[in-house]
Amino acid sequence: MPIVDVENLTDLDKAKMELEQKKKEVPLERALLSKGCTEFMEAVQATADEDPLVKGIPEATNPFKEIKGGCVIC
Amino acid sequence: MGELDVLKKEAETLKTQIETARKAVNDTTMEAASSGVAPAPRIQPKARRTLKGHTAKIYALYWALDNKLMVSGSQDGKLLVWDTHAGILANCVPLKSAWVMTVSFSPSAGLVASGGLDNMCTIVNISGEKPKTMRELDGHDGYVACSRFLSETSILTASGDQTCGLWDLETGKQKQSFLNHVGDCMCVALAEDQNTFISGACDSQAKLWDIRDGQCKQSFIGHTGDINAISYMPNGQAFITGSDDCTLRMFDMRADQEVMCYQNAQPTAGVTSLSLSLSGRLLFAGYDDFNCNIWDSLKGEKIGVLSGHDNRVSCTGIPSDGMCVSTGSWDSFLKIWN
Repeated sequence: MPIVDVENLTDLDKAKMELEQKKKEVPLERALLSKGCTEFMEAVQATADEDPLVKGIPEATNPFKEIKGGCVIC
Repeated sequence: MGELDVLKKEAETLKTQIETARKAVNDTTMEAASSGVAPAPRIQPKARRTLKGHTAKIYALYWALDNKLMVSGSQDGKLLVWDTHAGILANCVPLKSAWVMTVSFSPSAGLVASGGLDNMCTIVNISGEKPKTMRELDGHDGYVACSRFLSETSILTASGDQTCGLWDLETGKQKQSFLNHVGDCMCVALAEDQNTFISGACDSQAKLWDIRDGQCKQSFIGHTGDINAISYMPNGQAFITGSDDCTLRMFDMRADQEVMCYQNAQPTAGVTSLSLSLSGRLLFAGYDDFNCNIWDSLKGEKIGVLSGHDNRVSCTGIPSDGMCVSTGSWDSFLKIWN
């Protein structure tokens, strides 16, 4: 797999690259934004109940609770 | 008209067609769609740990999949591996080059990768008694800004040479090159199935790539400055980017466009880093103004701030169990918040 020689790309090479890319992107199928937003919102809300940073973490089960007493030697 | 002008004119025509197609599916905004959603709770996470050990600016951090170990990279020339629960140092990896910009763990956390201004991605095995450099991935013509393991034997890099690279760690060779950005590549994120990834660059664009054939599939415009951070939303159909233009933006991949912009009333500080909570509801973003803002990703509202650093917040991270958010700063400290 030849590695692309980026340093020697001319302005013409870059313009060709961009044109080729746009040709590929024009025919993409695009879904309605409302559909994506709705699905995405539902997915987030469905899992928000198990999201520790959203619902909060009880002190007893918090792995980062304050380390009281003792001595930590590095 | 010269050949260059002809090509540019053709590309402009196609870009107009693309914008028309995008407008045709733009039947709502995320704000309108989420107007019925209850606001996210106003949270005020506390700084639970301050990890002191670095002696210079911290540029990168990464959580291990065990949700306990975290590695940080600093321009003091060291990678430090932390046991974040106990709040102590677990390992120290001295670097050949101090100019580190990215760190990451392999899935097993037995390997760490670092990259930076030496134009290389260095892989170190930390599972033994002493750290041992395993590979120096040499091939980029510019700095390595981001590295992400796909597995113990494969890694993806983003480089200042405007390409991303996929590397085989068994041979040390580059397997695939991803060229389409016209600015330094600053960040990448892998899709869960690892067939695709997204990248952000200094050409203000984010791009979606096919890992196997090296082709760019989609380009996302909207930002007006370097994109420094990128992350998929948990459902994998959208992603969020953070930029020097002081905004974060969410892009919907199926609608092929921006759906939300997260911007302060007086935007003055660039976004350096971002992390999403487990459900994706909370967006934590590190800024040049020393703060980490907390955004409601659905409603686009700022709901909190993590203040505590005395210099730029350069990196953030949330472990896979979502139990905290960590911030790393140019003030040389890391903090863990929840």
